[in-house]
Amino acid sequence: MIEAIAFYLFAFVAVAAGAMVISARNPVHSVLFLILAFFNSAGLFVLLGAEFLAMILVIVYVGAVAVLFLFVVMMLDINFTEMRQGFLRYLPIGGLIGLILLVELLVILGGWQLAPEATTAGAAPVPAGLPNTHALGELIYTHYVYLFQAAGIILLIAMIGAIVLTHRQREGVRRQRVGDQVRRRASDTVELKKVQPGKGI
Amino acid sequence: MLEIGLSHYLTVAAILFALGIFGIFLNRKNVIVILMSVELMLLAVNINLVAFSVELNDLVGQIFALLVLTVAAAEVAIGLAILVVYFRNRGSIAVEDINLMKG
Repeated sequence: MIEAIAFYLFAFVAVAAGAMVISARNPVHSVLFLILAFFNSAGLFVLLGAEFLAMILVIVYVGAVAVLFLFVVMMLDINFTEMRQGFLRYLPIGGLIGLILLVELLVILGGWQLAPEATTAGAAPVPAGLPNTHALGELIYTHYVYLFQAAGIILLIAMIGAIVLTHRQREGVRRQRVGDQVRRRASDTVELKKVQPGKGI
Repeated sequence: MLEIGLSHYLTVAAILFALGIFGIFLNRKNVIVILMSVELMLLAVNINLVAFSVELNDLVGQIFALLVLTVAAAEVAIGLAILVVYFRNRGSIAVEDINLMKG
């Protein structure tokens, strides 16, 4: 009973937030609704028993991706009302395609059932008595360690790519040059002058 | 209705996926909202993966969802970096203006 109530709450809020993401006038609101959708999906994951992925979803998406979106939306000086033009023009075709896809997915969902041997033929059955995070860790660091490393490399390359793309050397900026500072000697810059009494230099 | 099974989660995922597609068509001018729609679709895929993983008693689905999450994060970082560079050069992010390569 509680599970059903929680499921319908999370599912409804997630779908409503998803609808608001694509229809909000202000992209900042879109990002905030995206965060709401992710939080509720994390709730769905917890209901399913995948706590680790739920927490990862919150940390990665809400903590990193959504904040990245917020930064970019707020940093770029864009006339967003101008961008809304054509919204109504694309509404029928977009709605049609979305609706067709949804109906197709639901039709598949309606006349579909699991093969009876599917539940026993899993590659990595969930070990009994272990928490979700523990079980995932035992799998990731043993059988799937190469995939894990590949994921890390993908993230590294993405980080390098983003830095290379957005980094720029600007002209006319005064910046500290440590090498020059260290190389500087007293003999290059300080000059001793003999000053006669009563006279200037 | 009160018994929550696999099909309930699949329905939510299907609706979210359709919303993502819908959003791409609806906001054809705004690249940022298109990227957010792609994120919604990837989220729907993740819900599917996790739901099947739990239903079939197989943890590999959750590992795959983890990898999808990683790739999605990388994709957003690169996409937004390209967007920032593009805006710096052209002063606009409208999709129609992106025709430098005459594709």
